[in-house]
Amino acid sequence: MFTIIRDLARQNMEFLCGLLLFAVIVGLVILSYFSPYGATDIYLLPPDMPPDGEYWLGTTSRGQDVFWQLTIGLRNTLYFGIGVAFLSRIISLVVGLVAGYAGGAVDRVLMAINDSVMVIPQFPLLILFYFVLKDNMTWVALIVIMASLGWSYDARLIRSVALGLKSRPFTTQSVYSGMTMRKILVEEHLPYVLPIVFATTMNNMIWSIGMEITLSVLGFTDIETPTMGMMIYWANAHSALISGIWWWVAAPVAVIVILFLALFLLSMSMNEYNDPRSRLNRMGS
Amino acid sequence: MTPYLIFVLKRFGQFLLVVFLGVTITFFVTHLTPIDPVEESIGAITQMGQSDPNAIELMRQSLRELYGMQGSIWQQYLHFWLRLATGDLGPSLSAFPTPVSTIILRSLPWTIGLMTVSTLITFVLGNAIGALAGYYRKDMVLKAVSLVFIAMLPIPYYILAFVLLIVFGFIWPVLPINGGYEMNANLDLSFALVLDILKHSILPALSLILVGAGSWLIGMRALVSNIITDDYVVFAELGGVPKGKILRSYIARNAMVPQFTGLAMSLGAIFNGTVITEIVFGYPGIGNLLIEAVHAGDYSLVLGLSALSIVGVAAAVFIIDVLSPLIDPRIKVE
Repeated sequence: MFTIIRDLARQNMEFLCGLLLFAVIVGLVILSYFSPYGATDIYLLPPDMPPDGEYWLGTTSRGQDVFWQLTIGLRNTLYFGIGVAFLSRIISLVVGLVAGYAGGAVDRVLMAINDSVMVIPQFPLLILFYFVLKDNMTWVALIVIMASLGWSYDARLIRSVALGLKSRPFTTQSVYSGMTMRKILVEEHLPYVLPIVFATTMNNMIWSIGMEITLSVLGFTDIETPTMGMMIYWANAHSALISGIWWWVAAPVAVIVILFLALFLLSMSMNEYNDPRSRLNRMGS
Repeated sequence: MTPYLIFVLKRFGQFLLVVFLGVTITFFVTHLTPIDPVEESIGAITQMGQSDPNAIELMRQSLRELYGMQGSIWQQYLHFWLRLATGDLGPSLSAFPTPVSTIILRSLPWTIGLMTVSTLITFVLGNAIGALAGYYRKDMVLKAVSLVFIAMLPIPYYILAFVLLIVFGFIWPVLPINGGYEMNANLDLSFALVLDILKHSILPALSLILVGAGSWLIGMRALVSNIITDDYVVFAELGGVPKGKILRSYIARNAMVPQFTGLAMSLGAIFNGTVITEIVFGYPGIGNLLIEAVHAGDYSLVLGLSALSIVGVAAAVFIIDVLSPLIDPRIKVE
């Protein structure tokens, strides 16, 4: 694992940039634990102070320090993304591996469901969920809902790899030596699929965090928890842009762009690493 | 039974499954929660200043009927399907007694127009640049253009739209940033009105194109660079077929097929993006309607919009799926 990361960082500019940007994000998240202010405390500081030596990124109209608010919001957003990615990976691994290995009717049924979930537009559904749940829309609930909508694309990808693995001699050997299907999938096939799972994790986080931001900005999540989207929501609620408090909006937008660039670069370089053909291209060029 | 007909039937089955799943989810989300939608809606309406007891009682009746509060949950479920099939989604609450279907039909053309035009431009542009960039790998200009689009790719829809709004709304106000046409415009069909609508659609469409083109570009570039090494392409090159012709009829045609499949698969996501863009730019389509309905607590409208967007996207996916074998005779109809 570490050798792979080291090789990637040496040979692949994109991976290195992604890693560095991600390190910035992680650094901010670690800093959030040292925040001098509570996450939801307001009107502690003089409001609307522009960025200077004392308040590095200024303060909000609600009397919060933008920088510390940013770190805490980033932490919540990142944990949300990781939560959704983790849950949806489990679903897509199970569905993809089982469909690819079992084939036949099982495969057809699973893929029919998979394709249906793939084309259902999630955004109106998420709004419907919020509309019905209102105050019961906790972050845990949102993570579960998002995870159950976001597994289909990757399940298909994993299935296509599993199909290839099924026809390999080592699988036949495992079957003849009396391994159960569960054992074959977990012990023999899973290691081959894991690199792909890592690349899809990044894509899934891009998707779920993007959704979180959109929903939060519209005020369709739990507005008590500070996240990246919530910061923009409050800034909009106080018409920060119109009253010239640009730093309140610029900070979260900049950090969001950094986070997404990091995830995107990591996922792109991992995809390239997983595809031997493009690796050859790299060597040839 | 021709193979093509079997293929169409299979796809139709898939379409029905999507609709079934989507509508079922929508139904059970709204019915298995502890919240009574009827009382919620009534509460929302009385807050909005509607206090005529007769109207409220009427609404309560129609709501009870709309949500089929009588009978078991399965009877209600069947009832819901029946209403959907007849296109009768009940009266809207925020604009009582206008039927929900009428309100949705008013917004639908805007969304369909914006989505179709921007998706077409995105698809053509992304694939054209992708094919060129895959074929002429050394070209610096193409590399730069690709890089710009790929850099846009990871930015969330909302943020990009928001940044465009700031740039063209505050910093350099040249384009209208809100609505689908001028507030006091005369809505008779005229050249000026068409121009006005076009002008208002530039920013929403631009944000969708900027975010969307990158993924087609990456896919097409990868496909083309793989096809280049195929024997028949090498043969054509050795035989002295002009480069442009090779790219057009040897490479691009074959690479387009998986891209079409991709288009069908990503329609749901494209629709999401369209809805979000509409919200940011206040475009008078489904997205805006959805937000207004949520804020007004208009239960039947939110329900109708959710169900309709699932059915609509599924239908569009079905149409693209069925068309793709006609574009390429080699596609597997199994």
